[in-house]
Amino acid sequence: MTIEQFITSSLGRKTVMAATGLFLCVFLVEHLYGNLLLFFSDGGAAFVAYSHDAVHSIIIRSIEVFLFVAILLHVVQATYLTRQNSVARPVKYAVYKVNETSSWFSRNMGITGSLIFFFIVVHLWHFFVPYRITGTVGGESSTNVAQAVKEAFQNGWYVSLYVVAVVVLSFHLNHGFQSAFRSLGLNSKKYTQLLSLFGSFFAFIIVGVGFASFPILFYFGIAGSTI
Amino acid sequence: MNLTLKVWRQKNKNDKGGFATYQVDGISHEMSFLEMFDVLNERLIQKNEEPIAFDHDCREGICGMCSMFINGRAHGPWTRTTVCQLHMRAFKDGETIVIEPWRAKGFPVLKDLMVDRSAFDRIIAAGGFVSVNTGNAQDANCLPIPKPDADESFSAAACIGCGACVASCKNSSAMLFVSAKVSQLALLPQGQVERKQRALDMVAQMDAEGFGNCTNTGSCEAECPKGISLTHIARLNREYLLANVLE
Repeated sequence: MTIEQFITSSLGRKTVMAATGLFLCVFLVEHLYGNLLLFFSDGGAAFVAYSHDAVHSIIIRSIEVFLFVAILLHVVQATYLTRQNSVARPVKYAVYKVNETSSWFSRNMGITGSLIFFFIVVHLWHFFVPYRITGTVGGESSTNVAQAVKEAFQNGWYVSLYVVAVVVLSFHLNHGFQSAFRSLGLNSKKYTQLLSLFGSFFAFIIVGVGFASFPILFYFGIAGSTI
Repeated sequence: MNLTLKVWRQKNKNDKGGFATYQVDGISHEMSFLEMFDVLNERLIQKNEEPIAFDHDCREGICGMCSMFINGRAHGPWTRTTVCQLHMRAFKDGETIVIEPWRAKGFPVLKDLMVDRSAFDRIIAAGGFVSVNTGNAQDANCLPIPKPDADESFSAAACIGCGACVASCKNSSAMLFVSAKVSQLALLPQGQVERKQRALDMVAQMDAEGFGNCTNTGSCEAECPKGISLTHIARLNREYLLANVLE
């Protein structure tokens, strides 16, 4: 079987979804580590240094390419799969009570995924583009990147958008994390429950509480007083 | 019991179909759901009306013919139940019950509540077998099989191919069925020779039949009358992935 046949088969597409999804989870952990540096009371020096190093590291820049490719593959395969799924039942049921046997979030990964994608575009537009492309943040005479974060999180609308996006992401990951392992065949009776528990912990505590803490703590002035 | 039934009526494969409403009075709560249909059909025949076509065979919960979606659930409100084992005591007097055939591109409606499930036969024909001449039955202890493997294989082999997994899945995915059929052979020594090719061929046929993709929601497992586990879906993914890497 050729690679092309594999990645266009139903299970191959799911494999790509799972592999890219887990890769993006690893990135989230790395991203969270960087963000946590904002909590040092050093005027944002550690975060600025980290951001500077990331830009100038060949390794990070190379991984960044994979990151964009992973997002693209995840979105493209999801679009194909969703389209196939939508035509697999030409006549719908008049009464369909599947909500009794599965959760809303597990059934609507496409909706949560689309919302997350929309947020990623806004997020990149707001931080990645000015810092890395136009140079309006982090340049010689401009504000440093830690100040840019602090300023952004003074805006109630931005803070709300960030918090909502993180909540949606948490639910997406709560299903996606353990589901990815099943799609990759890495699942056994012994560890399924443990994996599912860890998936929920990862989704709601590490990613959810972790990422939501920045906009909330900055907005209420609890963090970032030295920046 | 007096009941109102909203039943899907469809003349043939090409007919658009629609719901017809029937008042069914004097039903015993001890009847099975199919016996209730027998009573209704007798009355329809007496009135010179066309009886409702529905599939059934064994009426002891193992043939998997009864492709009825009852009040929004495959095989009705009880878990691990086929329609013949669903009894009228599951419903309340005066209740309105909506009965539809399985809905999936891979299961076209033939007539009323009967669907064509031959897509499953074609998936089995693609690789769900062991093509070695086994001759006479071997002595029981010639092929040692660990008890957990035998049990796991048997739990997969309990699949009756009824299609409730496809009918319940929001994507009309046939993964639970295919994974059970791949698992039951992958776990046994007899299934090893064709193990890789089997996974590749059965998945290819599943895709060709127009079933949707698995999104791991678990509604198939919840609705399966034989309690086939999602663990088999994980095994199918593993078998398929390994077959692709190793072939």
